[in-house]
Amino acid sequence: MSSIEARGLRKTFGTTVALDRIDLRVEEGRILGLIGPNGAGKTTALNAILGLIPYQGELRVLGRDPWTERDQLMRDVCFIADVAVLPRWLRVSQAVDYVAGVHPRFDRAKAEGLLAKTTIKRTSKVRELSKGMVTQLHLALVMAIDAQLLVLDEPTLGLDVLYRKTFYDALLNDYFDRHRTIVVTTHHVEEVQDVLTDVAFIDRGRVVLESSMEAVASRYLEVLVHPERAAEARALQPIHERQTFGRSILLFDGADRQRLAGLGDVRTPSLADLFVAVMGAQSVEAQGAAR
Amino acid sequence: MSTATPTIAPAALPVPRPLYWSVRRELWENRSIYLAPLAVAALVLFAMSIHGTVRLPQRVRAAAASDRGGPQITAVTPYAVAPAPIMFTTILVGMFFCLDALYGERRDRSILFWKSLPVSDRTAVLAKAAVPFVILPAIGFVLSVAVMSVLMALGTVVLLANGLRPASLWADVGVVSEPLIMLYGLAVHVLWHAPIYGWLLLISAWARRTPFLWAVLPPLALAAGEHLAFQTSYVGAFLRYRLGGAMKQAFILEGGKTGNISRLSQLDLLGFLATPGLWIGLIATAAFLVVAARLRRNREPI
Repeated sequence: MSSIEARGLRKTFGTTVALDRIDLRVEEGRILGLIGPNGAGKTTALNAILGLIPYQGELRVLGRDPWTERDQLMRDVCFIADVAVLPRWLRVSQAVDYVAGVHPRFDRAKAEGLLAKTTIKRTSKVRELSKGMVTQLHLALVMAIDAQLLVLDEPTLGLDVLYRKTFYDALLNDYFDRHRTIVVTTHHVEEVQDVLTDVAFIDRGRVVLESSMEAVASRYLEVLVHPERAAEARALQPIHERQTFGRSILLFDGADRQRLAGLGDVRTPSLADLFVAVMGAQSVEAQGAAR
Repeated sequence: MSTATPTIAPAALPVPRPLYWSVRRELWENRSIYLAPLAVAALVLFAMSIHGTVRLPQRVRAAAASDRGGPQITAVTPYAVAPAPIMFTTILVGMFFCLDALYGERRDRSILFWKSLPVSDRTAVLAKAAVPFVILPAIGFVLSVAVMSVLMALGTVVLLANGLRPASLWADVGVVSEPLIMLYGLAVHVLWHAPIYGWLLLISAWARRTPFLWAVLPPLALAAGEHLAFQTSYVGAFLRYRLGGAMKQAFILEGGKTGNISRLSQLDLLGFLATPGLWIGLIATAAFLVVAARLRRNREPI
């Protein structure tokens, strides 16, 4: 069973189309990164998946309709919508008590154990904690819930690099297993690219690219071209070209690896570079269409 | 699909109680729910204990000297009205609580945290409604009885110290009837004011800003407009009736005044239950709460 299955998912706000008939499928045990520029529709997609907003089209999350069956769905789904949503007046001990009181799948001992690894005091209020500590607290609460689907919307926004690193380490080591599914959106593409199993680029309400990371690695190749072979390489129609230290780096979609090897050093592009290339191609297309 | 979810088998986890914990969470956030009535109770106790030690012996002597049936009232009246400020405080706190209950959580975006847990919008709204409907009246009652008990004990000691018989005090203050009258008064006021609380919760769930103005100005504007246009005041009378009508409908008032209620025979339960306004109000309350829950479902953080 797919964890998330969307067909023709559409959402409009007035005349603005936030999601333009999206098709998306996430299998159990995957970690999907939803990547796109601001206003691309990432958060809208997550809100639809979490049953926070009504939508058009077909959407099943863990086999349920998230809008009409939200109350049941929330037993199996967890989310961190933003770093700053824990109420400021809440004490750490109260947060643990409350979640333990309302959630049938919350493991109190596990949450206490995770909190014990931090410097967070049990008597502190959220307003007294630093932003990084609030995230640690929220993550401890969420990781102690035995959910099937975890949704993270910009979970590390505004955190310094040390916290961002430990956040994903904790998620992978202490939480993730092959029965859980994680969907994450983030601006820090380079930090999640080793974490993800799947990636979806989303732009202007459309899914531009949806692929497993293995497929990305075999489909896209980046060549550090020898200057004298540049013209030859460009003839093979790269989807993107950039300059670094006076050398051209060309990104190819579905080119033959053997052939490229003759032109320079071949490697798998980083997600960030691929993102720039794919999005760049998109905007050129869009401008072409507009004319 | 048991094979798909082998890790999810909570063996001995406690049964979740979303409503109970949601009410507790309201008390964590809004400590004024019990602190404000407590402060007023302390103030009443302080003022009344000064009155009790200084004025009570004089009054009892005067009552004994005049030797008529009437003057007990003068001796006892301060005791009977002591709970009034506490009750009034709980009503005021309840109204301001309702105005903020579904607005504040959207403004500080914490609604996204509450909604990430398996607590339905209906449960959340019911928990918030429980504060003015159950929690605050209970706090008001307990505090009033406590204040009365302390004052009676103090009065007894003072009268004994002055060589007067405390029996006159105990005879005038109904030890059983006073708490019963208070309980009845609280219950009828909660039922009568229910649509007001419901309305405030509804506006709190709906307003994007200034819920206080949205809740208060439209009814007032309607009343003023009606008065200007037609020289009538049906809306104004309706509002006054809803705010203060419970006394008239639920008690048999002497001389039509909402003054002192000291006898159980003044309680008019059947008359209250036969008031159409009560039932119309309760139906309106249910409708307001249903709409408030629906709005909480749809509204986004602001």
